[in-house]
Amino acid sequence: MPSFVIVEKCDGCKALDRTACQYICPNDLMVLDHETMKAYNQEPDQCWECFNCVKICPQQAIEIRHYADIMPLGSSTFPLRGTDNIMWTIKFRDQKTIKRFKFPIRTTPEGSIDVFKGKELPQDAAALKQPGFFTGPARTE
Amino acid sequence: MEKEVCKWSFCEKPPVETVETDFLIVGGGMAACGAAVEAAAWAKALGLKVTLVDKAAVDRSGAVAMGLSAINTFIGENPVDDYVRYVRTDLMGIVREDLIHSLGCHVDQSVFDFEEWGLPIWKKDAEGHTLDGQTAKDEGIPSLKDGGTPCRSGRWQIMINGESYKVIVAEAAKNALGMENIYERVFVVKLLTDKNNPNRVCGAVGFSVREHKAYYFKCKAMLVACGGVVNVFRPRAVHEGQGRAWYPVWNAGSTYAMPAEIGAKMVLMENRFVPARFKDGYGPVGAWFLFFKAKATNAFDEDYLERNWERVKQEYPGYAESPGTCLRNHAMMIEMKEGRGPILMHTEWAMAELAKTLSKKELKHLEAEAWEDFLDMSISAASLWASMNMEPDKVPSEIIPSEPYLLGSHAGCAGLWVSGPAKNYLGAPDEWFWGYDRMTTVEGLFTAGDGVGASGHKFSSGSHAEGRMAAKAALAFILDHKDDQLEPAQNIDDVLAEIYLPFEIYEKYKNYTSHPDVNPNYLRPKQVQARLQKIMDEYVAGVTPMYTTNKPLLEEGLRRLTFLKEDAERMAAADLHELMRCWENYHRILAGEAHLRHILFREETRYPGYYYRADFPKIDDEKWKVFTISQYNKETNEWKFETLPYKQLVS
Repeated sequence: MPSFVIVEKCDGCKALDRTACQYICPNDLMVLDHETMKAYNQEPDQCWECFNCVKICPQQAIEIRHYADIMPLGSSTFPLRGTDNIMWTIKFRDQKTIKRFKFPIRTTPEGSIDVFKGKELPQDAAALKQPGFFTGPARTE
Repeated sequence: MEKEVCKWSFCEKPPVETVETDFLIVGGGMAACGAAVEAAAWAKALGLKVTLVDKAAVDRSGAVAMGLSAINTFIGENPVDDYVRYVRTDLMGIVREDLIHSLGCHVDQSVFDFEEWGLPIWKKDAEGHTLDGQTAKDEGIPSLKDGGTPCRSGRWQIMINGESYKVIVAEAAKNALGMENIYERVFVVKLLTDKNNPNRVCGAVGFSVREHKAYYFKCKAMLVACGGVVNVFRPRAVHEGQGRAWYPVWNAGSTYAMPAEIGAKMVLMENRFVPARFKDGYGPVGAWFLFFKAKATNAFDEDYLERNWERVKQEYPGYAESPGTCLRNHAMMIEMKEGRGPILMHTEWAMAELAKTLSKKELKHLEAEAWEDFLDMSISAASLWASMNMEPDKVPSEIIPSEPYLLGSHAGCAGLWVSGPAKNYLGAPDEWFWGYDRMTTVEGLFTAGDGVGASGHKFSSGSHAEGRMAAKAALAFILDHKDDQLEPAQNIDDVLAEIYLPFEIYEKYKNYTSHPDVNPNYLRPKQVQARLQKIMDEYVAGVTPMYTTNKPLLEEGLRRLTFLKEDAERMAAADLHELMRCWENYHRILAGEAHLRHILFREETRYPGYYYRADFPKIDDEKWKVFTISQYNKETNEWKFETLPYKQLVS
């Protein structure tokens, strides 16, 4: 497997202009079956288990059944990624031990980065061959 | 076998979009995003066009796609010269100190920018307590740039809340460049050279992995930064777990193969990285060793480093005083070979020791930090604990050396031979500079991150900074060559026919057998990869022979690899996804061949713990303290080797 799609929850991203999991997967694994309108992982043994499809799915329809050649069944690791933090719920195989963690993920609003704001943009082509970036000088030592 | 040619008889010729630009960035990871941001800032005033092309989505592409729990290169309070010494020691003495030093002077600015863009960086408060990046900001602790104290896990490493590290870096690049200049899901597979100057890059050809459409990029300069090489060796996992590579499974060696095909020289391609990591899940060990002060032992509670250190010093005199990554692996391998495994990371001892001085609340925070270390960058490693009912504060975990990886940004230094930053930088020899920082030996072709050989230990921040350095040099190159008239030597239709040949072959032959997987006329990409991995593993010092090889083994490996390279002309693809896999694996074959030939050329064991030449088991400084440089000639299918002397620039 690695990532799997729960049939009942997946709506094929009908409301969006593109399938979220298909858009994000770094290894081009998630595809939409146009007949059933359900997504699936087309090459499970090339899945890095990066959880990017799990994190992005608007229906929470994607989870991970960890590598069958390595891990016993029964545990689960599930993220809820918000705009400034992520919550993890980890359930052990024993079904009793549960860990919950919340970590910050960014300190600025999503989409707000303006790298040129407040910076003086370089004008002098000769400076291209000098050390330093447009946001600050290089160390000299 | 008769050579197959695509005549578009069985596969429809795709429409071609031609994109004209000045500076083309191939790749979308840290180095490429750094290049995009810096180039965009300069290009505005200079009136230049910058274009980025990524085979995935920039938000989550490259090695940082999953996130990271630390930034491993932040110079901060340390002198840059010490950074050079550390990299040199870790990479066994043969490095380009001009490249490492100049990177060390630039890297912190990228880290300052990450923090300004929104990356939470852990800080120390006035009492020396650890705060996560958001709390630190809320409590008014100054940013790194304004003198805030990072939370160091080692001398060069700082801890971050890095789940969205790549998303932030990508957002900066995308907003700087504009989405109209970014092509996602387009896989560049071939570079083009100028008709009048075969040693000058002038474009690239790739294809969309989403629709039947090809792309022809025309450019004046190019940065190729597509990461290292993963899954060129048979991995330890046997089935699904093959996806759980330590480095990103989509790094297919394009950074080395595409430049090599147009004659760019490569350096130290014999080098590799064998990460010793938490077994099967590949959780990082750095924070456990450096931050939590954990000990690793053999099965009998003996510290594997202490137990073997005198022996290692005798085996490799002069190199074992401060143990580099490969020599620490070597000590671990001694224990494994002599039957004292498994090697265990004693997380439970470390936590118990820390619990002695911490309050209950602090201990809870520490537990979260330990889990976050995995959840930010190798989630499966956390899941592995859960799947086997293991709590790190109660039981130890196995660590093990993994399958080999080729790369130039981590504890490895394979890559392309590039120009230094300036003439005689720190006293560098004349021949280390040919006009433009980080330009390969092909004019106009630049690289960064995993692409730059003979340096290393740049990690995410250094790769970003190096992309920025290379981008500036590339723009300077473009301005200096404004009047060049470029025209590709290659016929674009011929290149397209070569790229789409796997479609033609599949459609032509698929109905010959009752199942398309087994067919005497072609190999599907998975089959190509499986054979490559087996050859590399058995003959080129993979996991199975305990990282050991010799001349006869390498020669037999080369014989088999040559057959595979021929068979790669009969790759078959049923869809666009498979077409991508075909060319990824073709790039892997070339990178693997370079690795094999370099190991054959260097008749010594320079990197014990990464690989061993059983016929030359010692480090031989007299003969081999040199850069090994190779050049591939695609027309003749021949490789040329030379050596260049190492020169120490920092005492």
